[in-house]
Amino acid sequence: MARHRGRGMASINYPIGMNLGGDPSQALVHSNPSGKFTVALSSIDLGQGMKSVTRQICAETLGVPVEDVYVDTADSDTGPHCMGSFASRGTHRVGNAVMAAAREARGVMMEAAAEELEVNATDLETDGRGNIHVKGAPHRSISTKDVAIAAQFKQGKTISGRGIFLVPLSNVDPETGEMSPATCYAHACLVAEVEVDDETGEVAMVRMDSAYELGRALNPRLVEQQLVGGAWMGVSHALYETTEPHYPDPRHGPRDFVEYLMPGPGDICPHDIAVLERPAPDGPFGAKGPGEMCANPVLPAIANAIFNAVGVRIDELPITPEKVLRALHAQGGARPQPRW
Amino acid sequence: MLELRKDIFADERDDDLKEIGKGTQRQDMLGHVTGTSTYFDDHKLQGTLHLKVVRSTHPHARLRRVDTAEAERSPGVRRVIRGADVPRNLNTLMSLINFGKDDEPSLAVDKVRYKGEPIVAVVADSPREAYEAMAKVRIDYEPLPAVLDVEEALKPGAPVVNETYPKNAFIYHDHYDHQKLRFGDVERAFAQADHILEQRYQMSPIEHAPTETNGSIAAPDTNGRYVVYTSTQALFFSLDTCAKILDVPSNTFHFIGGTVGGGFGGKVDTITEPLAILGAMLTGRPVRYVLGREEEMQYGPPRGAERIYLKDGVMRDGRIVARKVRAYFDSGAYTRLSSYAVVKCTAHVPGPYTIPNVHSDIYCVFTNRTPATAMRGFGVTGMDFAIECQMDKLAHLVGMNPMEFRILNAYRDGDMKAHRREAKNTALIECVQVAAEKAKWPIRDEYKRMSSRKDGGGARAAIPSTPGEPGARPAAPAPQRTTYDRGLAASNREPPREPPPPSPPSAPSPAAPRPAPAHGATRFSSVFGTRRR
Repeated sequence: MARHRGRGMASINYPIGMNLGGDPSQALVHSNPSGKFTVALSSIDLGQGMKSVTRQICAETLGVPVEDVYVDTADSDTGPHCMGSFASRGTHRVGNAVMAAAREARGVMMEAAAEELEVNATDLETDGRGNIHVKGAPHRSISTKDVAIAAQFKQGKTISGRGIFLVPLSNVDPETGEMSPATCYAHACLVAEVEVDDETGEVAMVRMDSAYELGRALNPRLVEQQLVGGAWMGVSHALYETTEPHYPDPRHGPRDFVEYLMPGPGDICPHDIAVLERPAPDGPFGAKGPGEMCANPVLPAIANAIFNAVGVRIDELPITPEKVLRALHAQGGARPQPRW
Repeated sequence: MLELRKDIFADERDDDLKEIGKGTQRQDMLGHVTGTSTYFDDHKLQGTLHLKVVRSTHPHARLRRVDTAEAERSPGVRRVIRGADVPRNLNTLMSLINFGKDDEPSLAVDKVRYKGEPIVAVVADSPREAYEAMAKVRIDYEPLPAVLDVEEALKPGAPVVNETYPKNAFIYHDHYDHQKLRFGDVERAFAQADHILEQRYQMSPIEHAPTETNGSIAAPDTNGRYVVYTSTQALFFSLDTCAKILDVPSNTFHFIGGTVGGGFGGKVDTITEPLAILGAMLTGRPVRYVLGREEEMQYGPPRGAERIYLKDGVMRDGRIVARKVRAYFDSGAYTRLSSYAVVKCTAHVPGPYTIPNVHSDIYCVFTNRTPATAMRGFGVTGMDFAIECQMDKLAHLVGMNPMEFRILNAYRDGDMKAHRREAKNTALIECVQVAAEKAKWPIRDEYKRMSSRKDGGGARAAIPSTPGEPGARPAAPAPQRTTYDRGLAASNREPPREPPPPSPPSAPSPAAPRPAPAHGATRFSSVFGTRRR
């Protein structure tokens, strides 16, 4: 009786946004008289960082510091329509809508600044620190606060913008399945290393190494949070979780977190992640979305690692100790495979 | 640990941005870590009533009689709600985008189709009084045979789960019980393949397991409006669903949400809002309806289980020449969103690989279990499990390094995908190379040099002749390039030095080209099934 180490890998891609498109999102951006901006959305922050990503997109597009932008979501009386926070669509769809709204607001802001500085708006640029100045002449400058005051109280202009992003709906051929499902795809490859106990059938995670291609990591900390958390959801899906332990027999379903198995702190292993950025032509700053796909390669990588460790294939999830033991028994014991 | 590999695809990016790319702390972080962020359930309204539902104890039964008389007299009870009280008791979520038929009641009337299906709602002064009244609701069931297995459900003579779909399968394009994908000739390719591998994969239903369970609080507002605090993942989707079910104009509702304690797809179904609002309408008081943890786990929708059969043909040199898929999505008793996932899954077949012959039939099947819904990776997670386990087995079968096997078969820019669109902006090969490097998994130099941007297209861009179609079609015309597509131009400058990529073994004969399909003329859209586009 022994513990066997093995590793397996899987590679995947993932479509961004609702399949076939047809899922619009809108955004409104406006300035208050102090040159601080509000983004009004009806999109939902589930904990994934919707507010932060759209805030950074808005600040970058306006050319103002991120501290000068606040995202207000989600109120159906003030936030314009959004299809919802699902289908890995937040960054891509809502981000594009915010970008469009911020671009329009920036146009007004630059016109108002041009009027104050008595120059042409096309000769102006933002410094990202709250100032607008003449290109090549930083001393001819005005703060966004002064621009906002002038626009509001002197020029009678509203520094605001509207944005919508829509991938037009496409349809599906009933006979061939021909369709345009998505405009861009994220990619990933993950290696899982496991240790399988051939006496108990238990599988322990040893480490994970992965590479994710996401278009652009708009906020690497949020990306990390998604990828680390998502991988653990994948581990849990592969080895622990089910609402119906004897599926398709629905009986004996868990009712709380005592009965519903998930990995705990003691089951965590190191996970080294590399992020690649191949910008999507229609992504905001090229971004795609890491939301959903990060759990997907983990499941098969673990199943493949178990094969590498002890030579059994478990094709039914979750891969419980019982299933591993039964398979080992049927095989006549562990048959470790060569390590790649 | 996260490492940004800025060196890869560097020529396709500008990295001179100021706010983008920074790990700025979240705007809502302080509130979250100090427990002061406001979630829907933090709205404590004076005079709030509590709504609980009586659920079916049978997976499939006729409701002979539902007697609520004693429950209505129970202390603290303000209102008992039945199906007849719901203005439009039958709905399907995707009807908002014109896909599918209304098939699910808010409260069951004649029949229950899964264990835990709501039958009666009790609105009371306190949760305890609601529970006590629930125990006094008398339901006379006539149990019916239940069908729980997806393949059993499709057999002739199987119990009918949902009368809206009498054959226990969602109807695509008005007459198919599945969504098809046809690309090339798998049977011919199987006949030529060196190895055939056919396998069965079974996913398991799982719980979204959010910290915050599904719930909402609805309260009468001025001007005949209702304010609704909700945990929904899709504010307007839920608002419009409620407007339909309650048969009022959408501006009757003021939905407030946006800070949600985890969703993962489990908060799209608008489970609590319609009854909470109806309770507020019928009592004139704020009504709170929140799922308990057991309800969330067993009767809140799970990720549906998929059963997937894969049959692949592979050559000795590692090229996959054919992939055939038959898959069953277990939708449970009602459609919810599973019908959509089937189409998304069809688009995902055969995974991120260029395979010249692909055939897929995917079914959305009704069974007597809790309706399934969206979950992270919807329509794809299960298929990826099956495909990537299969890829490992195929690599083993032909004696190849699994990393090199992936790179060899990976799709590249310019390749034709099975849903007949050109692959663009691909990066699978680079992900495999970097993961191999990180894990110190050896791959040979020629595989390290391969690129998503090189050696795609050409013969790999062709749409093969497909049985049932009049003839081979020409490759899709070159799509418009945008500034982000600079990588393609770069690859044109560089002569290919690497081993040639796999080419389709049976190159399609350029037979009489058929005109491109006339979308928009006569076909029904799959997702928008009833609308002629």
